[in-house]
Amino acid sequence: MVQKLDYLKETPSQTAGPYVHIGLAPGAAGFDIYKQELGWDIAGPNAAGERIRVQGLVIDGMGAPVKDVLLEAWQANASGVYAHEESTGEVEDGFRGWGRVITDFDTGEWGFDTVKPGPVPGRYGSTQAPHINLWIVARGINVGLNTRLYFEDEDNSADPVLNGIEWVNRRSTLIAKRTEREGKVVYRFDIRLQGEGETVFFDI
Amino acid sequence: MPLKGEFYQRDREWHPKAYTHDYKTSVARSPRQSLISLENTVSEITGPRFGHGDIDPGDNDLIYNYAQSGESAIGERIILHGRVLDENARPVPNTLVEIWQANAGGRYRHKKDTYLAPIDPNFGGCGRTITDENGYYFFRTVKPGAYPWRNWVNSWRPAHIHVSIFGTAFAQRLITQCYFEGDPLIPHCPILKTVPMQEGIEQLTAALDLNATIPLDTIAYKFDIVLRGRRSTLFENRLEGN
Ligand SMILES: [Fe+3]
Repeated sequence: MVQKLDYLKETPSQTAGPYVHIGLAPGAAGFDIYKQELGWDIAGPNAAGERIRVQGLVIDGMGAPVKDVLLEAWQANASGVYAHEESTGEVEDGFRGWGRVITDFDTGEWGFDTVKPGPVPGRYGSTQAPHINLWIVARGINVGLNTRLYFEDEDNSADPVLNGIEWVNRRSTLIAKRTEREGKVVYRFDIRLQGEGETVFFDI
Repeated sequence: MPLKGEFYQRDREWHPKAYTHDYKTSVARSPRQSLISLENTVSEITGPRFGHGDIDPGDNDLIYNYAQSGESAIGERIILHGRVLDENARPVPNTLVEIWQANAGGRYRHKKDTYLAPIDPNFGGCGRTITDENGYYFFRTVKPGAYPWRNWVNSWRPAHIHVSIFGTAFAQRLITQCYFEGDPLIPHCPILKTVPMQEGIEQLTAALDLNATIPLDTIAYKFDIVLRGRRSTLFENRLEGN
């Protein structure tokens, strides 16, 4: 026998299940309990940068939209600063950079309003192209899935994370498409859980 | 403040696999490609922080947080408490813990739950709190009932409380479920059996805690939660670059 390492083990993940809304978005479950729900205002009123909307579907391996997903977003502000003490710089008053949304129970569409993030520092002195970090949980997802949303109208050519994906043709699954609707900038980002065009998910 | 290093990699043999045939919903919702391994950057070592301005003091008392005045939720009164730690056994203070659960009859207050057990008019089924400086949290609630679900024809969930935890970084984000010591449904649950190791199942099972029980009032269960730990120093020159 050798000595025993005294690390604890991470608590195993379990699915969020079909009723995740009760805990994390009770208004959507059909009742009103908290004075304020969390995560509905990502950027706040004072954030600099381009105001955008992000929306999409989560699609399962049968090609059907998943209608009971909860997504969380985590992003830097337009200057590339996260609202956290380990990110260098300041964020605007009211900027949190974190959002939480659920899909529509009938259509599976999800969406949120925010500002477009700026580039952030990468490892080894590199720079990461603007991106929004996404975390996806739902019934049937045993461990929350991490992915990233990049923007088609940004220069993504030197991004170390995209370039680290060996299969070049899979990188496009992380690029949101820009459209304009009624004067609003909308980025479309559909997430495919499985099969043809499966989105790249990361072990972070 | 010295720069701290990367988070320890998630042990993917300890967590459930994405594709777990006997939990049928996972079949069409599990990625088939391997996850792409990503070395931590500032995007992963940061994450949202919450303070007492985000929640109300009574949010952690599910017996009363949705009850009419003078009323309370029906069921076995329990305290669910414990600490949030990291893999280095250090407490994780000031982090948001959110829970949700069925009522004592096994019914969720959710428009998609049609189980015939009644809704308790005085029970909402969700709560939230922020750990103190020692990583400690507690909730007061009623013990949830077991409920049937459509997996096999005769599948029943053991009594459980869903738990969501943030930690200090997006890399630590975790949702899990807490079960209760002695529940005979535990060895039969296809969702719990997605956890590959018996020790992992035990880690998800809260222990009866007679020391924390309030005599003649409330039974207690202890449920410690462990989030990913991290290296204390950076071996690379700098995570953030210059
Ligand atoms: Fe449940």
